[in-house]
Amino acid sequence: MANNSILVFAEQRDGKLKKAAFEAVSEGRRLADQLGAELHVALLGNGVDTLTGELAGVGADQLHTADHPDLQFYSAEGYSLVLARMIDQLSPSVFLLPATAMGKDLAPRVAAVCNAGLATDCIDLTVEDGRLIAKRPMYAGKAIATVRWAGETLQMASLRPNVFPAEIRDGAAPPATVPFAVEGLEGKIRARVKEVTGGGGETKDVTEADVIVAGGRGLKEAANFSLLEALAEKLDAAVGASRAVVDSGWVDHQAQVGQTGKTVSPQLYIAVGISGAIQHLAGMSSSKCIVAINKDSEAPIFKVADYGIVGDLFEVLPVLTEEVARLKE
Amino acid sequence: MNSIVCLKQVPDTEARIKIAPGNMGIDESDVQLVVNPFDEYAIEAALRLKEQAGQGTVTLISQGGDSAGTALRTGLAMGADNALLLKDPAFDGSDSLGVARILAAAIATLEYDVILLGKHGVGGDNNQVGPMLAQLLDLPHVGVAVALEVGDGKAVVHRSVEGALEVVETSLPAVITAQKGLNEPRYASLKGIMMAKRKPIDERDAAALGIDTATVGSAGALLLQTRLELPPARPEGRLIVGEPVEAAKELVRLLHEEAKVI
Repeated sequence: MANNSILVFAEQRDGKLKKAAFEAVSEGRRLADQLGAELHVALLGNGVDTLTGELAGVGADQLHTADHPDLQFYSAEGYSLVLARMIDQLSPSVFLLPATAMGKDLAPRVAAVCNAGLATDCIDLTVEDGRLIAKRPMYAGKAIATVRWAGETLQMASLRPNVFPAEIRDGAAPPATVPFAVEGLEGKIRARVKEVTGGGGETKDVTEADVIVAGGRGLKEAANFSLLEALAEKLDAAVGASRAVVDSGWVDHQAQVGQTGKTVSPQLYIAVGISGAIQHLAGMSSSKCIVAINKDSEAPIFKVADYGIVGDLFEVLPVLTEEVARLKE
Repeated sequence: MNSIVCLKQVPDTEARIKIAPGNMGIDESDVQLVVNPFDEYAIEAALRLKEQAGQGTVTLISQGGDSAGTALRTGLAMGADNALLLKDPAFDGSDSLGVARILAAAIATLEYDVILLGKHGVGGDNNQVGPMLAQLLDLPHVGVAVALEVGDGKAVVHRSVEGALEVVETSLPAVITAQKGLNEPRYASLKGIMMAKRKPIDERDAAALGIDTATVGSAGALLLQTRLELPPARPEGRLIVGEPVEAAKELVRLLHEEAKVI
């Protein structure tokens, strides 16, 4: 029988807590208040004790720290083993994770061990009769499904980054920290990270960015992406791209937004020279504010845009970058 | 090098989605079904592993009805050797864990070095079956692979994470899920298509797989969909008219003062 408690996985990478972790814990707090439940937070890594202070304001009742050299780097096997044991011990009724690269990789293994239903990439969670109801996008956002969990079973959900507000409560009592004994990992981690490349914290990922500046075929050639990068730099934005330009090899596929790329929900999405194919619109229509700049006034992108400029992007972009720079001064 | 590839049919990504009456699923009447694009990368990876090794087999597995059979034919036409269709009315309505259970039951009877599948099935967007399958078979997995090298009983996989790549080494057998960028899937040749028609598709039901039907299908589903609807329509937008310079200035003003996003 499950306890009336919620467990949230607070993701850290390289000793830094993810923004999506604060979002998930904050949603856990809101649900715990509605359910009259205790909020437990799971923190895994090596030397994570230094992070407990940062979690002081999230309003957790207990913080469970699993500290072990084998948890230094993320591994699906190691992390799922520890979390499944923690779930076994705490018997929560709800387990939340951020739907990040790590969360999406980890959650299904935990669900398989715990025999739990898992809702991926949730954008809304509500309580009805003491149980959760979740909304999650399907078809990359072309449709929204409402889901619930069978009977009294463990309710596992991963939360889409940038959707749930992170709330740090001033004056909240720091949670009681409970070390979680990590045992029996020897020989259990068969897939290990050997190296992390291409990141260096320099490249902002479209799934994590508050602002995205995305380009399409209207930019005419790969070199012109530098115009977008200039604007992105001023806005502290990530650079995104349409499938057409990724398939043409102008931009790495990591930047692709759409149904065979990434689905994003930033505060601001600026689509430059993107006509708006159905599969692209699916991936970005849940952005809070959408700007379209395109010379074709009939382009479908204008149907989802809050603000549109019909015009030559090569004339508009430099002025836009200049104006943003002036504003940010 | 023996590979197993799990695949399925999904609505074409260019398809406009309409909700069927009753708000439980999509109207499939005008929707073209295609092999899940991410599964195509998995098939291509398996074919290349076999070619590099100069020996081995590529076995395709799909769970479902007629459309699953079509997916298997497509994969056979690309060059896969064998195909297994897991079909039983009791499988209908499975959640991701149910699907993983059915696939695991079939795979447990086979010999293999690697299991490949797409990182997610377009449409359901669950991102679950690969890691679940690995867990049920007690195998390691590496998800979201954009590069794969196999040798000496292990695989080195480049895995795409936010703004970086993780280089992951895993022992084999292992489950690997494919991301765009892993390769460029080949088209089926005419000869391949003709040969695929003659290759048999082996069918198995729950009894043949030794599956307890209470653990799969709608009977075993732990995550239940109660409604499907279109996303809320976006409010009417505003066109900013004028010369490029004025329009750009006005846009910045609106984003700052009205939308308050910069």
